[in-house]
Amino acid sequence: MTAITARVGGFRWTSPRAVGIYGIGLGALAFWLALPPVAARTVLLPVFIGLLAMLAGVWAIARDEKRVGWGAVAAGAAGIGLGFLATRSSTANLDSVVVWSALFAATLRYATPLIYAAIGGLYCERSGVVNVALEGMLLTGAFFGIWTIIWAHTWAGDFAWVIALVGAALAGMLLATIHAVWSVSLKVDQIISGTALNFLAVGITGYIFIDKYGDSGTPGNITDYGIPDIHLNFLSGVPLIGPIFGQLNLMIWLSFLLLIGTQIFVFHTPYGLRLRSVGEHPRAADTVGISVYKTRYVAVIASGGIAALGGAYLSCGFVHSFNENMTQGIGFIGLAALVFGKWRPFPTWGATLLFGFSSALADRLPNAYGNQWGTLFQALPYVLTIIAVAGVIGRSVGPAAAGRPYEKQ
Amino acid sequence: MADELLEEEFEEAPAGGEPPSPQQHFASTWGFLGKFGGVVGPIITTVFAFLMAGVAVAVIGKNPIKVYRAIYDGTGLNFFFHFGSYSIRLPFSTEHVWFWWDTSSPAAANLQQTLLITTPIICCALALSFAFRCGLFNIGGQGQYLVGSYFAVWVGTSFVHLSPFMHVVFCLVAGALAGALYAGIAGILKATVGAHEVITTIMLNWIAIWVGEWLFGQQGPLQNTSQPSIPISNDIATGAKLPIFWGPKLLQGLSIGIFIALGALVVYWLIINRTTLGFEVRAVGFNPDAARYSGISVARSYFLAMAIAGMFAGLGGALDITGWEYRLGQLDIPASTIGFIGLAAALLGRNTAIGILAASLLFGALINGTSGRQLDPTVFRPDLAGNLTIIIQGLVILFVGLDMTRLLAGARRKLRT
Repeated sequence: MTAITARVGGFRWTSPRAVGIYGIGLGALAFWLALPPVAARTVLLPVFIGLLAMLAGVWAIARDEKRVGWGAVAAGAAGIGLGFLATRSSTANLDSVVVWSALFAATLRYATPLIYAAIGGLYCERSGVVNVALEGMLLTGAFFGIWTIIWAHTWAGDFAWVIALVGAALAGMLLATIHAVWSVSLKVDQIISGTALNFLAVGITGYIFIDKYGDSGTPGNITDYGIPDIHLNFLSGVPLIGPIFGQLNLMIWLSFLLLIGTQIFVFHTPYGLRLRSVGEHPRAADTVGISVYKTRYVAVIASGGIAALGGAYLSCGFVHSFNENMTQGIGFIGLAALVFGKWRPFPTWGATLLFGFSSALADRLPNAYGNQWGTLFQALPYVLTIIAVAGVIGRSVGPAAAGRPYEKQ
Repeated sequence: MADELLEEEFEEAPAGGEPPSPQQHFASTWGFLGKFGGVVGPIITTVFAFLMAGVAVAVIGKNPIKVYRAIYDGTGLNFFFHFGSYSIRLPFSTEHVWFWWDTSSPAAANLQQTLLITTPIICCALALSFAFRCGLFNIGGQGQYLVGSYFAVWVGTSFVHLSPFMHVVFCLVAGALAGALYAGIAGILKATVGAHEVITTIMLNWIAIWVGEWLFGQQGPLQNTSQPSIPISNDIATGAKLPIFWGPKLLQGLSIGIFIALGALVVYWLIINRTTLGFEVRAVGFNPDAARYSGISVARSYFLAMAIAGMFAGLGGALDITGWEYRLGQLDIPASTIGFIGLAAALLGRNTAIGILAASLLFGALINGTSGRQLDPTVFRPDLAGNLTIIIQGLVILFVGLDMTRLLAGARRKLRT
């Protein structure tokens, strides 16, 4: 805590770093002004503000604040470009796409499975085990969630979703256990084992799904007893906030708790310290008496359970049905968010929101601009992650021991 | 840097009496699999995977032996076991000579389909293997394959004034180069800033998929010109199609693409075993630090290994387009898994040319045998069987993974992004 206050206290409002951050803000502003409700119709406004942003960036770069500075320059350029595009398109089109409350609500819905996947991945990778099987864990959760909810509905009624969450988590943990055995005990290459699990998940869920529901699909009435939405009626009058937060799925609220809990657990408890030390330097951790194997097992299995909850949200709380391979890369976007967020909970959350926003935007763009450009937005998370890994804007470096099996001596 | 060195020293100090390193431990546990020229491990793996999948078949109340028999009959592999007195047309002539296999039987038709699928699997397997020999895990074969096929479609549907031979060659070269450049992105990032190739190639896979959905979707740049509501490309020009040498010309006969894939296998073997480049790639794969100290440019090897790997996968995509697909639909793109099947085949084939050939044939036969076109639905639902194939694929990677660790151990001490 003292570290945070010290950092806040040491923050100078005119330092190059601060100016760079203003620049990034200005870049966003340049674009925002061209969108509803302001919807400036002249190109000059975004160009002017974007140039200001780039200037701030250059100023910061000249004073050796390279990361933030380049970020501001990029934000300014993006602000000008996107602002230009926005002023070129008709107000009607803009209004149909940019409905902020709907966009943000959709962002949260799309981001939630990503958060679960990414946070699951965070535990796993922080312990030094690379997890490319998040996709498979998500899919497993999605299928076993819906399978248990249908089964539990016959005897648990409206609370079937509780059983479904348990079932999904257990299935995800079972899959993760294979990953743990393979990568921790058998010391198989973690990428190979993760890739294999992705296939097993697709194959097994698809196999049972076809056998059980192949002809007619999952029952249509899951909408009635799926994971419930939380209705906050007192918010209904509030503009912007009301439509966004008034009716969110329970799992979205739980994801916020999970996020805060993860931040506290990983960075403010002795268990979290042990977890991180095992991921950074297992030998040192072993020397001070932390069981590397046990920590990794627990982390990997927990990771499977958490990612599977995201899958359960997807099938039982969002789309209320299951289809073969329905996750379609969501787990990989979660992995991308984890990398983009530098293996830290809140930046990762920011990344999932950004990626969720790009999905939400990709969903709405076709209404006004045809199918063409919306599709490309779906690729945005992956492009941004490559840029992040390449280190153009702040290099993303993972836990030091990730991917290396540990041999006890 | 300093603590990195320290760490290395710390881990790498096995003197006499020390417990075995992971590699040694591995060798002592699984070493028996490596006997008999390394064939036994993959065979046990395969048999085990098929047994487990057989259990999955039995669980839903079907007879696994009957199901496997039906799949086998659809693969066309029985073609080789039926001898008789038949005739075969000599290449480039109309003359017929005596032959011991019936080249126009139903089994032959099935075999043509199996070999058509085997062709890109070989290429994608090489994409993994070549990078693997350099210590890089190129999980992006799927994306490179797709990019190769996009460029083949683009070249094949444009440039119609070219002579047929030039056109098809241009298609293949464009596909291969596109794959090389695409994988080269990952290679150059690895070589310059050390970005981990697994992360970058996974991301590149998905970028390739979404770009493809855009290219071939409605109003996309490569969508067909005659039916705006159907998200499929134009057919490539007749001159851009590979000649078909076996089976019906109009109904997916076998093109000479299979020979090009076999040629790629030979090229792979030659580069790896008979060139300086291959030596450097293997040296880097074995131990990048030692390679660097002996004067090999590790960065250059990383880049070239990825680019050549991508070239193989891109060629695979181009062979599919010019060999039998002739067009690409938006829906085909996310559904395609050839790159990952290639990955499984490469691991099962232990990155050796002959092993890749055998494993690719196995997977090609399995996919063809479980396809809706070949499998009798009264014996087993083809969509169930398709998932069975994926399960087998997963099990093979899982269990062959036990075997591959040793090969990777040297190069992958630093898995960083």
